[in-house]
Amino acid sequence: MKDDKISEVIRVGKAQVLVYELRVEAAMSTNVCSVSPDDTMEDVRKILKEHAISGLPVVAGDELKGIVSIEDLIESILEGKTADRVSQRMTREPVTICSDDLLVRAINDFGRYRYGRFPVINRQTKKLVGIITKGDIIRCLFKRLESNHYEDELRRYRAGHLFEDIRSDHSSLVLKYNLEGASFEKAGEGSSQLKKNLLRLGIHPDVARRITIASYEAEMNMVIFCKGGTLIATIEPRCVTVNAVDQGPGIPDIARAMEPGYSTAPDWVRELGFGAGMGLPNIKNCSDEMHLDSTVGKGTNLQFKVYTKK
Amino acid sequence: MKLREIVNQLQLAVKTGADLLDRDVNGGYAGDLLSDVLAHARVGNLWITLHTHPNIVAVASSKDLAGIIVVNGRTPDEETLRKAAEEQIPILISSGSTYSVVCKLGELGIT
Ligand SMILES: Nc1ncnc2c1ncn2[C@@H]1O[C@H](COP(=O)(O)OP(=O)(O)OP(=O)(O)O)[C@@H](O)[C@H]1O
Ligand SMILES: [Mg+2]
Repeated sequence: MKDDKISEVIRVGKAQVLVYELRVEAAMSTNVCSVSPDDTMEDVRKILKEHAISGLPVVAGDELKGIVSIEDLIESILEGKTADRVSQRMTREPVTICSDDLLVRAINDFGRYRYGRFPVINRQTKKLVGIITKGDIIRCLFKRLESNHYEDELRRYRAGHLFEDIRSDHSSLVLKYNLEGASFEKAGEGSSQLKKNLLRLGIHPDVARRITIASYEAEMNMVIFCKGGTLIATIEPRCVTVNAVDQGPGIPDIARAMEPGYSTAPDWVRELGFGAGMGLPNIKNCSDEMHLDSTVGKGTNLQFKVYTKK
Repeated sequence: MKLREIVNQLQLAVKTGADLLDRDVNGGYAGDLLSDVLAHARVGNLWITLHTHPNIVAVASSKDLAGIIVVNGRTPDEETLRKAAEEQIPILISSGSTYSVVCKLGELGIT
């Protein structure tokens, strides 16, 4: 495989993340065929042929002495010197890589040196522990990607079938996010967690997005105009209902509050980009039904529904 | 167009999401009113803003935006960067103004 190909493969999404996570030892082959410096090139020929490989590390004891490749063998054949010792023909001090190096390092080295394989050594003992080729890396990445993918799917499947697996006349799942006294920085976390859960339940991303945006606006209003509140999402097979409940100051004129552009947000909040007076209209646009109840001095209950199956 | 190309052409500093630059950008939206962005930006848009607080991440993630360009060389809060990394939102910094960033994006054909 050409070098541009290997970097091409690792450019795609998760593989790119994986090469920064996985270490060489996860991808290398550990049962390494090797020769000793005193073996002959004829021995090399037999081993390469038998294992259908194109190079071998040269090892004395546990110590890596060099590397001998199919090119070295061809040369010795052309010169009629297959009885030569490996030590006369091998490349000394080959480029090695450590078993705890990140895979991305190996990929870069393949690009840099144009060798087909690197002997892998233990960083401390310097002893040979394996060998790695581009093929090893690709195989390892594909395997990991497949199992990651599978886990994701499995999780989605399990959650998505919740309502089919649990038999009752009516099932619903209630997710509650407590935003009491939520700080400005923390605001938005309820709706962000809600979104992840909706996606996990297999709700279509476009639908989940509408619910998330409306929840976020409701959450911000509770943080800005009250001392927080509670976000309660009730998930039913065909519909998600969100209640944003607070014990804040209440809204004196609901019709007015619903008008695009109407806002009582204080200046410091406006400096942060809130106060366009578009939150409630956004909630209305994102939802299929919306009810706003409020009593001055008592609090506000905002409810909206989004149908997940038309 | 890929985010990577925009980063290169506009010489943006990549604060988070260095591994997400293969994302496609299908347009842009400039604005500093968060609710307005939520209402009018489109999924996959690149958002240009001067805000640096963590709520920009919540907006970008609710709306599934491709990323955020913070203008005027402003530095996002630590918490903003932490959340952005967690939510996989690329945050890119431009030393230029909103106007100059929008003009350059326009030249690249991003509308
Ligand atoms: N939970 C609430 N408690 C008390 N008042 C509220 C509440 N939610 C909204 N309001 C009032 O309704 C007004 C309009 O709300 P809306 O969300 O539409 O705009 P905003 O929050 O002021 O600005 P934006 O949402 O665009 O940042 C607010 O300015 C505020 O006076
Ligand atoms: Mg609001």
